[in-house]
Amino acid sequence: MSTVIPYTSEIRPDTGVTNVKLGIWLFLASEVMLFGSLFAGYILLRTGNPEFGAGSEALSVPMATLNTVVLITSSVTMVLAWAAAMERNFAKFKLFMGCTVLAGAVFCVVKAFEYSAKFEHHLYPSHSTFMAIYFTFTGLHALHVVAGMLYNAYLWLPGSKMYHTNPQQFANRVEASGLFWHFVDLVWIFLFPVLYLL
Amino acid sequence: MGESHAHHQEPGFWGRYWFSVDHKVIGIQYSVTALLFLFFGFSLMMLMRWQLAFPGEALPLIGSLMGDSRMPGGIMLPEFYNQLGAMHGTIMVFLGVVPLAVGGFGNFVVPLQIGAPDMAFPRLNMMSYHLYFWGGVVMLASFFVPGGAAQSGWTSYPPLSNIAGSGQTWWVVGMLFLIMSSLLGAINFIVTIVQLRAPGLDFWKLPFFVWAQFVTSFLLLLAFPALQAAGLMQLMDRLAGTSFFMPEGLVVAGEVLANTGGGSPILWQHLFWFLAHPEVYVLILPALGIVGEVVANNTRKPLWGYKLLVYSVLFVGFMSFIVWAHHMFITGMGTMMSAFFQTTTMIISIPSVVILTCLLLSLWGGSIRFNTPMLFALAFLPMFGIGGLTGLPLGLASTDIHLHDTYYVIGHFHYVVAPGTIFALFAGVYYWYPKATGRYLSERLGRLHFWPSFIFMNGIFFPMLIQGMHGVQRRLFDGGEIYAHAQEVLHLNKVMSMSAWGLAIAQIPFIINFFLSLKRGASAPDNAWQATTLEWLAPSPPPHGNFAEVPTVYHAPYEYSVPGRADDFLPQFVPGETPSEA
Repeated sequence: MSTVIPYTSEIRPDTGVTNVKLGIWLFLASEVMLFGSLFAGYILLRTGNPEFGAGSEALSVPMATLNTVVLITSSVTMVLAWAAAMERNFAKFKLFMGCTVLAGAVFCVVKAFEYSAKFEHHLYPSHSTFMAIYFTFTGLHALHVVAGMLYNAYLWLPGSKMYHTNPQQFANRVEASGLFWHFVDLVWIFLFPVLYLL
Repeated sequence: MGESHAHHQEPGFWGRYWFSVDHKVIGIQYSVTALLFLFFGFSLMMLMRWQLAFPGEALPLIGSLMGDSRMPGGIMLPEFYNQLGAMHGTIMVFLGVVPLAVGGFGNFVVPLQIGAPDMAFPRLNMMSYHLYFWGGVVMLASFFVPGGAAQSGWTSYPPLSNIAGSGQTWWVVGMLFLIMSSLLGAINFIVTIVQLRAPGLDFWKLPFFVWAQFVTSFLLLLAFPALQAAGLMQLMDRLAGTSFFMPEGLVVAGEVLANTGGGSPILWQHLFWFLAHPEVYVLILPALGIVGEVVANNTRKPLWGYKLLVYSVLFVGFMSFIVWAHHMFITGMGTMMSAFFQTTTMIISIPSVVILTCLLLSLWGGSIRFNTPMLFALAFLPMFGIGGLTGLPLGLASTDIHLHDTYYVIGHFHYVVAPGTIFALFAGVYYWYPKATGRYLSERLGRLHFWPSFIFMNGIFFPMLIQGMHGVQRRLFDGGEIYAHAQEVLHLNKVMSMSAWGLAIAQIPFIINFFLSLKRGASAPDNAWQATTLEWLAPSPPPHGNFAEVPTVYHAPYEYSVPGRADDFLPQFVPGETPSEA
């Protein structure tokens, strides 16, 4: 019952992209607007409240630094996984994709420790507007990490069957997932200084 | 992946009509659902109009069925009036007009007009519809939660919306569904238009409707996330006790609220209008696209200034992102901000006027066919004109102070959306119905639909402009009865209410026509209107996959009345030279 849609795995010559690649970039554009709106909220709340800046003292910079290192490392392994898929080296792909998924899990575990440390000190989102934006921002970001991790895990395990039937389309999928993963990483690189250091 | 293999698996009922991945089925799903929501939203307003025309009087028959929490003894409670108002706006915009214009017409027509077999991501397309549907279900269900549906207006301004009953939480959750649906749809449309154009169909040969959908999709893609963020924040405020939108020391019913405060109600307004102003253009651009198609087809000549129209639409799309705060002149955001936003607002009116002028000039010298789609398209032009021009005093800060939040505003935007966009959507229904079903809608019933609708629409909305200029505020439960300054114009409430109910009666011929013509309508050939664009090459109704073979495009979209040809139209898919190409 499926109709054959052109340019799902081959590049359209006059636009230079596949459907998936254009689609994921457009999706990222809307994500920029989503996180951008939260940043706009951050700026407005910060400028309107002199005590806002002091809120970051309660956050743990070492944990966030650890998470920054973990995420950046995972971006590197993500690129290597994609390169391996392009080179048609399946074993290498499996290795690096596994590392990427693992790094995502480590990030989430560290985040969970961070959250529970806040809750132990009775720091909930309702504590202050700083805590409100901290939890909303990092919570939304963590949701993105989980989503990216789940899709990467799919490509790593059951989805990798496609490698054997249509390796190019599989590599395209890895690329799209990688673009999303790098975006999630990039958001964190903004969040880290804005929430923890400023 | 053999095509022959595909034909053997006939999908069952659910696969064919509910979980379909065919853009035409999804387009029809969207259209039918959206038409039902339009009717439902209209019904909410008809109830409100009873209260406005006869404040405090019991509504006969229906009133007592509404229950004691809404209309005890048939008399409407103010809380219920507020629910009706908030949900009328929400349903009409987010569940009615946009899903019909973009989800319905966009889905059905765009792939056909660009010669594509389907949308670029068919399963994503199905998911968009299902998210929309369940978002609608959540919105409808909110009427039955304790305290009833959202009642803080369709704009949901905090702090009021933050302290409102649980219906508001349902509203936010429903909106998040609708936003995700729109985002996925927008990505799908842009990729489809960029990637799946048939050979020979470069961007300057795209029908105007496709251009309109293209720009609309960018607006949805980039503006909706702002409301997504704002919705998340409101959800946090309501459920986690945060104070994103809550000022310090807010007193409700004589008691200071417990939350920490330090938030900003204005933040919501900025984020909301950052979506909702581009949303206005999401409402109007597809309508302009439809009118462009119908006008070119029925004047039998090319659209006047096709390139100018396209550039104007692109410019409108861009500008619509930097005019939002003209909704906020009286928030005290400062003269500097007001000056900026009133300047951009005046600038955006220029391409809007250019578009309207191009469409008007397209009529000049045409041998016009006055069929039903054309009647609706022609009525659109002055109605949208009134809607646009009445917006100018609202776009200037000084005149807006007087008119802000009055019925003038209601009259203004309803002229744009109701006799404007909705008339264009009706034009679209009458124009593409033969493509979807293989049969024409009845012209006689069409006229019976058009003329009363045209009269009643003006009967509803023109008096609003008059009342507004007298200073009658919107969202008044009694229609202004207790105000001295409203007394002179109070009688207009009855005129408007009678017109609203008349408008409902005027839709009966349409409903009859819609269903009767499925079986009894005059059968239509593939090219039902002797038109030039690609959708008319496909069979009516088009099969799965649309075209027997990939079409090739040779011409600009509206080569009507080409000199030296026997017939008065040269379709895009027919080879042959036009004077400009020779």
